[in-house]
Parts: sequence; C-alpha cells; structure tokens
Amino acid sequence: MLAGEKSWGEGGGRPYLPRAISFAETAPAKDGVRLDFLVEGVGPGTDQLCDLEAGERVWVTGPLGNSFSTPKQVNSDAAGAILVGGGIGIAPLASWRRSLVEQGIPLRVLLGFRNRQHSGGLDELFCAGGSLCPDVRLATEDGHAGHQGYVTDLLATMLAGDDVQSAVVYSCGPPAMLEAVRAMCSEHGVVCELAMESPMACGFGACFGCAVPRPEGGYLRLCVDGPVLRGDAVAEVAHA
Amino acid sequence: MPDFCGIELDHPVINASGTYDAIAARKVFGDQLLEDFPFSAFVSKTITPEPRAGNEPRRIWETPAGMINSIGLPNKGLEGFLASDLPQLAELPVPLIVSVMATNREEFSRMVEAVGEREEAAAIELNVSCPNVHSGLIVGENPGETEALLEALRPLTEKPLIVKLTPNVASPEAVAVAAEEGGADAVSLINTLKASAIDPATGAPALAAGHGGLSGPAVRPIALQQVRAVKAAVGLPAIGMGGISSGTDAAEFLAAGADLVAVGTESFRDPRAGSRIAKELQTGVSGAPRRLAAVDLE
Repeated sequence: MLAGEKSWGEGGGRPYLPRAISFAETAPAKDGVRLDFLVEGVGPGTDQLCDLEAGERVWVTGPLGNSFSTPKQVNSDAAGAILVGGGIGIAPLASWRRSLVEQGIPLRVLLGFRNRQHSGGLDELFCAGGSLCPDVRLATEDGHAGHQGYVTDLLATMLAGDDVQSAVVYSCGPPAMLEAVRAMCSEHGVVCELAMESPMACGFGACFGCAVPRPEGGYLRLCVDGPVLRGDAVAEVAHA
Repeated sequence: MPDFCGIELDHPVINASGTYDAIAARKVFGDQLLEDFPFSAFVSKTITPEPRAGNEPRRIWETPAGMINSIGLPNKGLEGFLASDLPQLAELPVPLIVSVMATNREEFSRMVEAVGEREEAAAIELNVSCPNVHSGLIVGENPGETEALLEALRPLTEKPLIVKLTPNVASPEAVAVAAEEGGADAVSLINTLKASAIDPATGAPALAAGHGGLSGPAVRPIALQQVRAVKAAVGLPAIGMGGISSGTDAAEFLAAGADLVAVGTESFRDPRAGSRIAKELQTGVSGAPRRLAAVDLE
C-alpha cells in the first residue's frame, strides 16, 4: 500500500472551494501585475495557501467585487480619512492607504492586534525604512505595542474630536470590530465603509451564499454588491 | 449538435438551475461572457409566484469534495422575473429554460401559463424537488402527486416541460415514470441530497436553516446510478448532473444514458467550467488547465 505524503486525501476532501482573499498591494510587473496577499491559516484552505512554496502556481479568479470610494465620492464635504484595521483585516487598507496618500488626502491609520504573533503583515505593509509609518497608531490587546486595548478605543477618541464629521472611516477586520466601528460611526454621524467577509463559494454572484442582511429587509450579495459596503447599507455586522 | 426536445444546442453542456446568475456574471465579466458563453442552454434560477428574500445566513458550508447549501430560492417573483430578468436573459446567445416552483397546483399553473406565453423561453423546468424550502408538500417525492401535477400543467403550454427529480426518495425511477405518464417531455437529475453539517466551533448546526442540500463531486456516483436507473425506466430524454467537474465526468453521465449534462457547483470554482467541460468532452482530454489564468508566486 502506498499513499503520497502531500495532499493525499489530506483534510478529508477539503479544501474544495476557492477562498475569497482581498489583495493587500498591487504593483505593475514585467508581464502584468504583481498581487500581494496576506493570508492567515485558519482552516484547510488558508492552511494550504500558507504552505505554498516559491514557484508553486495558484488559480486566480478576479479581480472581483468593489473597492473603497474616495472621501469625496462618499461625502462631498469630506476632507480626510480614518482607516481602522484589525488583525488580518489590515491587508486591504494597505493599498488603500497608499492610494489616499498619492491623492494627497489627509489620513490617520488605526491598527489593532491581539498580540505580536497576530500582527503578521504589519512590518511589510505599514512600515517604511524599518519604522512604523508616521500616520499609523497601534492598539494591542496584550499591550506589547501602542495603546493597550482595542483599536476601537483609538477610534472613539478620534470620533470625540470636533471636526470629525469631515472624515470618512474605512475599516476591515474581525466582524465584532466591524460592528463596533459601524455602530460608533452611526452614533457620531460619520460615514463609514466596511470591507466585509462572508462565507462565499463563487465570488461572482452565482451561489447566493454570501448574503448580508440589509436594514430595510432582504439581503445583499457581498461578492457583487461588496465586499465594501457603507455602514448604513448593513443592518448589523453579524458576529459570534 | 444535440437536439433536446426539439431545441438545437451547440454542445451537450448546460448549467444546473441556481448555480449561475447570468445577469450578475455579465456585470462581472462584461459582454465577453456573451461571446464565449459557458453553456449551450441557460437554465434560470428557480422563480416562485411571489418574491423571496431567501434564507437567513449562514447559507453554505464546505464539505469533503462538495458543499451544503440552504439558499432558500431568493428571486424577484413571477412578475419581477418577467418584467426585469427575462428580457436580460433573452440577450444570452443560447436558448433559455425557465425553472419554476410553486406550492400548489393553481400557482404552478399560473406560472407555467405565464412563462409559456413568452417567446424568450424555450422550455420550462419544474422544480418539484428542492429540499431547501419548507413549502409543505414536496410533490417530487410522490409519484401520484407528480403525475397529477403534470396532467394539470401539460395542457397549458406546448413548450417542453422538464421535471427536475429529487434524489431524496427510495425510487427516483418511479417518480420519473409518473412524470412520463403525466406528459413530461424530459427529466433532469439529480437535485441536491438532503444533508447537514455541525459547526465544530459551536456544536450547533452549521446552516441557519438547520439542513441543506449537498452538491459537488461527493454526490457524483449517486447521481450516476440514479441516471442509469431512470433511463432504464423511461423513454424520456434526461439531463444528468451531480458533481460534474471535467469532460471525463460528463462522458460518464452520457454513457449512463444522459442526453445532456448540467454543470452546477463546479461553476463556483471555475466560472468558465461549462465551456471547458464541453471542450474536454469534444477532445476527450480532461485535466487541461482549469482556469482563465494562473499566476506564478514570486
């Protein structure tokens, strides 16, 4: 009896479906475009993606879905941006931060992590010349860097400021954090855009698996209506 | 060039109802989709008499070589479909099969009459087997009910009536025989298999609806056997489906007696699975590059 060591019924027939992963950065490359992804192994699919070695090939369907809107597109009075990221959710904020900087839009970046182990990607995506970019503030639950506590603590301080209505909040992170961001922004009358996640089989509107409840009833399909949704387009960010 | 109930098709690969939203896909992939449409006929998502929002999430769960879904038939309802979706689906370069479902004979009749009048529709598929919706009676689990429904619907349209068979019965061939006797023109099988998953993180059912329907390669051997059994029992043409992911899989269904094959869950993994499988069937070579493009990891 023989069986290959790798992928021989490993994971009991999983992964089967592709995984929806937002890109962290894009850059022109020799034969097209370079895409950077930040992946955390949390199950059979992402574990296999994390185990990829240089030179291995992957199948890509995309780009799919929408992106963040500029502050002016969201709110004609908007003057600046606040980016709020948590954990693996810092990924899509990296290219968005770069884009806003290139447009000369004033911004503040608030990033939160559980601990050092869960701050993967921070150095690669938000540091320059070996130190944290000056517009970035950190919150860590274990207090190893920045404010000890949640990133939403930092957001609360900023939302208490006078001219906060002129900012647009962009956020990506764990569902409980996104729900806190949505509720805080709603309370302060600040527009926010949330890059959300949902179980998703196809990514192009076919499976109807990624339903997100709308405040007025019914559902959006996160893959084709999102994954970036305005806070007021969502009834509540479902979280355990 | 397959001829299915008088409808000429370019190749034998169509889609399974509810697994491909051609209107959404056209928005995502652009009009290029129409130039190289993956299927030789398009089967709509099931429409119901009234609009439905669909089930509360969570709706899908990955399983070994497949997935369980409990989507709940979200759709615009008959009126909304005829006014808004049908004209857009008519722009597809292939014949259109409209899937309909209702919870009683009167509503089913109203839908078949209304869709039957529309020249955009080439055929009507009767969803009598969807295990996801708590609609009371499941006609497709009962030969007598199936025959009675077909007898009521048959006089209402000259368009081909295709009965979608459920696999969740001891004898799908008995239901197929009943459909044939009631006047159906064809059968399609299989629908999803009733299935559950428990979320290991919570110990509770993974799907909000508690259970759903299993699809993907995991169900393929079951589907193949049901196609063989049904084709041995009836003279009707059959659309075979269940976990078809390659030309080799499709050839197995054709060898088992299917006249056409339908691709469902594989389209979630590969939006162009239909045309790829049709090409693999034609060339006899499966396992060719599976997707539009692959990228090298630096």
